[in-house]
Amino acid sequence: MADGPPRPSRRAVLGAALALGTLTLAGCGGEGGTTKVRYWNLFGGGDGALMLTMQDEFRNNNPGIALEAVTLAWGAPYYTKLAMAAAGGRAPDVAVLHLSRLTGYAPGHLLDPFDEKLLAEFGVTRDQFPPGLIERATVDGRLYALPLDTHPFVMYYNTDIAQKAGLLGPDGKLAPISGPDALIDALTKAKQVTGAYGLALDNLDVMPWRLFWALYRQQDGDITLPAGGSVGIDDVKALKVLNFMGQLTAEGLATRNVDYPGAVATFAGGKAGFHWNGGWETATFTTAKMPYSMTRLPNIFGNARTSGDAHSFVLPHQRARDPITTRASYRFITELLKSSVTWGRAGHVPAYQPVVAEPAYLALKPQSEYRDVTPDVQLDPPAWFSGSGSDFENQAGSAFQRVLAGSLTPEQALAQFKAAVDKLLSTPSPV
Amino acid sequence: MATITTQAPAAVPVTEARPALWRRVPTGVLFTLPFLLFYAAFLIWPTISAFGLSFFNESLTGTRGELVGLRNWTEMLGDAAMWSALGNTLYFTVLSTPPLVLLGLVMALLTNRVMPLRWLWRLSFFMPFLLPASVMSLIWLWLYQPGFGLLNGALTSLGISEVGWLSDPSLAMISVVIATLWWTVGFNFLLYLAALQQIPEQLYEAASIDGAGWWQRLWSITLPMLGRTTGLVIVLQLLASLRLFDQAYLIYQGSGGPAFSARPVLEYVYDTAFTSFRFGYASAISSFFFVLIVVVSVTQLKLFPSRREDER
Repeated sequence: MADGPPRPSRRAVLGAALALGTLTLAGCGGEGGTTKVRYWNLFGGGDGALMLTMQDEFRNNNPGIALEAVTLAWGAPYYTKLAMAAAGGRAPDVAVLHLSRLTGYAPGHLLDPFDEKLLAEFGVTRDQFPPGLIERATVDGRLYALPLDTHPFVMYYNTDIAQKAGLLGPDGKLAPISGPDALIDALTKAKQVTGAYGLALDNLDVMPWRLFWALYRQQDGDITLPAGGSVGIDDVKALKVLNFMGQLTAEGLATRNVDYPGAVATFAGGKAGFHWNGGWETATFTTAKMPYSMTRLPNIFGNARTSGDAHSFVLPHQRARDPITTRASYRFITELLKSSVTWGRAGHVPAYQPVVAEPAYLALKPQSEYRDVTPDVQLDPPAWFSGSGSDFENQAGSAFQRVLAGSLTPEQALAQFKAAVDKLLSTPSPV
Repeated sequence: MATITTQAPAAVPVTEARPALWRRVPTGVLFTLPFLLFYAAFLIWPTISAFGLSFFNESLTGTRGELVGLRNWTEMLGDAAMWSALGNTLYFTVLSTPPLVLLGLVMALLTNRVMPLRWLWRLSFFMPFLLPASVMSLIWLWLYQPGFGLLNGALTSLGISEVGWLSDPSLAMISVVIATLWWTVGFNFLLYLAALQQIPEQLYEAASIDGAGWWQRLWSITLPMLGRTTGLVIVLQLLASLRLFDQAYLIYQGSGGPAFSARPVLEYVYDTAFTSFRFGYASAISSFFFVLIVVVSVTQLKLFPSRREDER
């Protein structure tokens, strides 16, 4: 033991640790006179880079506000952390929440309402947002979320493949597709060109639910979720969707058993003419330098509805709210809303309506091509257990993916879905 | 080491009458005190507190928290999802433990001989163990892809049809087992390799002189001499396998796999507590699982006595 290299004394080590600790702490303190705003979000994809741009812009315009932004992993892990922080009463000042998750976030417990008078001081009022979103963001007359965007389930297409398949109109854009037969026809033609698939589709996780919900809502189908009761769903309409979904993969028109990265890679690699996904992958395909464009999910079953969600700003619950920090937080939220043209580049449709009319946004192609989709975007049916990254989506995805895999009949999958949702309905609500 | 305190000179006789309290505490306790404090704060107390929580409808949202008696426990006993998740964990343990132990042993035997580039073999066998769970899961996600994944590519080039590694409910857990095997066998390999190097060379010399062949030396010397290590490896492996979470969660991105066929019980606890916010119910499940693990450990201690006669 004694013949090792000379070791620093305990005191020296402790002293060094203390000195280092103080230095690190000093680094976090920021300059005097500034207000700190802590902001959490879950944007890790192409949209994450744009969020960083918007944050930097805000910092440049507001040197008096020290913005501390944290990006966390998307989905359940994010919502876990946010709920834990809010439950402890020491949450970040501003956070991003999918609007569909609002019910499960116990407005009033995990979330604090907005002060609309203060918002108006910053020039933002509720009539500047799509009414459907505001309705969803309001609980007991109080506004709990400010929508930043809607992000619909859309259709990407490879312009080269579409052209070779004769699917483009004279304007160089995809000729409108409507009805199941026209869609099957288009996918078949694209498949003949690629020699592999017509449609690149993520078969796993929640994507089957998103597709199901869009096509079910295209038939005006409703899902009711009465607590303690059993799920209300129109079997005929649901089976029609599931049969159609099964047909897509069974006939080899769409990829089968492929997961999310696999579907994106299939489309980016030119092995499919079409790709159904959220609008947020534009950055990926632009980086891949592939010839592509995007449009709304086609009207297959009667109307042009699609599934989707809305990222929104919320004020996670804090035990004590400091008025100066609150003002700075409102300034941050409103400035981001007003500069959401940048955000539109990610493929999300800005929810703040003055921005949607700006020429700078209209010039964004192909992102602004589907800006009229907002009123047609269908959020999950509201319940404490539904919404983005929730158990409900997980259960629905698990049931419907087996139709795409061909391992369950539509009837079996529907029964599995109903049983799973009934179980959620009978579960004592934690909210 | 312990002599340091007893040698403390009685330089000041006044203190002799009442030695300071901390001097009367056995030295060993003082040395382990920092660990014991953390152990109590982050292991013992949470275990007790979770057991207590299992009798409340505690919620992360802070809106509930009433005493509900045994309701969580009765709900759990009738919860098919819980039983199937528990079954998944046991299935994984049964599937993964034997190959992880046997392959570790075989790999150690192979690289315990004098051979060219022996360091490279040892390094390659052990290296995957150093990968974080996320990296390893990502690698296997790509290997398992249909269409362009390496495994399915190899199968189709051999004229065999593709296998739904990640999408077939009957294969989903086996895919996790294979990935885990590649990932963690290096640890058992290392334990075995260390143990092999402890076996005295004379035993083999003597056996050779007596005319024992390779097999006979393996059966009569190597394996018996590895007995204690094998016991240790099996215990550690069973406990590690029962704790399945990271790789199953990451490979299926938290979805539980097709038809929840690869959702281990710990993931169900996680989902219940942190996605559905039901802390009380999740505590009931984890307390139940804790009891199961204790039973397994105690059974093992009875089956594999830790002290053998070979302690000379």
